Amino acid sequence: MAIAETVDDAEQSAGSDLFRQRIRSAWLFLTPMLVVLAIVAGWPLLRSIYFSFTNASLTNISAAEWVGFENYLSITTLKSGRVIYDGLLVDPLWWKSVWNTVRFSVVSVISETIIGMMVALVLNAEFRGRGIVRAAILVPWAIPTIVSAKMWAWMLNDQFGIINDILLNLGLISQKIAWTANPDTAMLAVLMVDIWKTTPFMALLILAGLQMIPGDIYEAAKIDGVHPVKVFFRVTLPLVRPALMVAIIFRMLDALRIFDLIYVLTANNAQTKTMSVFARENLFDFDKFAYGSAASTMLFLILTVITVVYIIVGKVNFEGGR
Amino acid sequence: MLWHVIKRVAFYLLVIGIVFISIFPFYYAIITSFKSGTALFEINYWPRSFSLANYTQVLTTGSFPRNLANSLLIASVVVAISLVLAVTASFALSRVRFAGRSLLLFTILAVSMFPQIAVLSGLFELVRFFGIFNTPFALIFSYMIFTLPFTVWILTTFMRDLPIEIEEAAIVDGASPWVIITKVFLPLMWPALVTTGLLAFIAAWNEFLFALTFTSSNNTRTVPVAIALLSGATQYEIPWGNIMAASVIVTVPLVVLVLIFQRKIISGLTAGGVKG
Repeated sequence: MAIAETVDDAEQSAGSDLFRQRIRSAWLFLTPMLVVLAIVAGWPLLRSIYFSFTNASLTNISAAEWVGFENYLSITTLKSGRVIYDGLLVDPLWWKSVWNTVRFSVVSVISETIIGMMVALVLNAEFRGRGIVRAAILVPWAIPTIVSAKMWAWMLNDQFGIINDILLNLGLISQKIAWTANPDTAMLAVLMVDIWKTTPFMALLILAGLQMIPGDIYEAAKIDGVHPVKVFFRVTLPLVRPALMVAIIFRMLDALRIFDLIYVLTANNAQTKTMSVFARENLFDFDKFAYGSAASTMLFLILTVITVVYIIVGKVNFEGGR
Repeated sequence: MLWHVIKRVAFYLLVIGIVFISIFPFYYAIITSFKSGTALFEINYWPRSFSLANYTQVLTTGSFPRNLANSLLIASVVVAISLVLAVTASFALSRVRFAGRSLLLFTILAVSMFPQIAVLSGLFELVRFFGIFNTPFALIFSYMIFTLPFTVWILTTFMRDLPIEIEEAAIVDGASPWVIITKVFLPLMWPALVTTGLLAFIAAWNEFLFALTFTSSNNTRTVPVAIALLSGATQYEIPWGNIMAASVIVTVPLVVLVLIFQRKIISGLTAGGVKG
C-alpha cells in the first residue's frame, strides 16, 4: 500500500525528480517513432498537397512551379468571349470515379455489416464445430488481396469459370457472362470479392462486441418470453452498437481507398474505376503528376470530411467504453 | 418438436453455407494449381488430375523465387523495426502520464487509417531523393506508414492492462525506465509481440500499391506484384495454372500461421478495432 502511495505522490507532484525523469524518458522513447512517422507520413502528405498546386511532372519533379488552383479549376476566357472551365473539379472522369467509390463503399459496407452480423450471431451461439467455423472464416481474411482477386478472376472467367458453370447448371443464367469485362456486372464482381474477403473482419469485430454483453440479460428476456427478434432489436443491437460503429468506420475508410482489388480484377473498366485508381493512373501512367496529386489530395479531403461527420453524428467512442 | 428440428437443420445449413463459401475459392485454386495442359480448361468440382508442372515452372523459371525472397526479407525487416520502435513508444504512451498524450494517440490512430494514395507522390519524391527507388529499402521505409501506427496502437492497449504493481516494485528498486521496459515488461509481452508481429508481417506481405509503384524490375518485385503481373508467352494467354500455383505458395504459409495463432490473431484484431 505504501509503495502505491509513493508512486502516486511521485506522479502527482510535478516537482519530483522521479516524475520529471519519467516524462523525459517518455519523450525520449517516443522520439524515434515520431521521427519515422513524420518522415514517412507527415512530410510526404505535405509534399503531395504542395504538388497539387504546381505543374510538377513525373520526369522532373524538382522543377515544379507554383500554379495555384489550376489543377483543381482553371477558368480561361477566350477572345471570342467563350469561357472554358478546366481542372479536376469539372472533370467528369473524376466525378465518375468518386461516384464509383462511394457506391462501392456504401454497398459493400452495408452488405458486410449485415452478413457479418449474421456470422457473428452464429459464432456467438454454442454448437458443436464452432471452432471449425471460426477457423474457416479466417481463411478469406488471411489470403492476400491480390491472390483473392486472381482466384476470383479465374472463377469468374467467362469461358472456363466455375461460377458461370454453377449458374448455368442451376438454370439461373442462360448464357455465359463475362463478369469482369461486362460494364453491367464489373461492379457486382468487385463487390462479390470484397464482401467475401472482408466480412470475416467485420464478423470478428462484431463478435467481440457481442461477447461483452452479459448473458443474464438474455436469460431475463427468455424468462419474460420476449420474442428473439425483439430481443435482437431491443437488446443486442443497442448494446453492440459502440463496437459496430467503430467497425463500420474502419471498413468504410478501407473501402473508400480501395485500389488493389480493382486494379487487378477489373483493370481499365470505367464502371469500377475508383478515386485511388484514378489518382495513381494520372500520377504514373499519364504523366500528369500534379493532376494526380490534386486527385489524391481531394481523396484525402473527402475521407477526412466523411470521418469527422461520422464521428460527430454517430457519437463514436473509440475507447470502446473504457 | 418438429419446429425445433427445422430450426436446428436451418441453423446447421447456415453454418455449412458459411464454411463452404469461406473455403471454396481457396480449395478451387488448389485443385486448379494441380492441373496442367488442357485439363486446366475443364471444369471439375473434385480433384481429377495431379500434376506438379505448374509448381516446377513457377519455382524454376522466371523471377518468382527471387520475389519470394524479397517479400520474406522485406516483411521480416519491417516487423523487426516496427516492433523495436513500437515497444518503447507504447511504454511511454501507456504507462506515463504527460501533456498531449491523448492527442498523440489520436494522431497515431488517424495515421493508421490514412489513405496510402494521399502520400504517394510525396513518398515517390522522397524515395527518389534517398536513391532507394527499385530497392527493398524503398518498401521497408514506406511500409512503416501502416505497420508502425498499428503496432504502437495494439501494444499500447496491451501494456495499459498490465498491473501497476510490478512496475512500482521496479521503481522502488531504482530501476530506470529502460530497465523497466527490457527486464520487467518485455518478458511479459511475448504473446502481444507475437500477435502484433504476425499481423504486421501479413500486412507487409500483402501490400500492393507501394510495391507496384516503388519497384520497376522483375527481380526487385514482391510476390503480390509478381502475381498480378504474371503473364504468359503472349499477351492474350493468361497462365492461370502458374498464377494459381504461385497463389497457393504465398497463401499456404499465411493460412497455416493464422490457423495456429487464431486466438491470438482474433484478440489482436479486436484490440485494434473494438478498443480503438
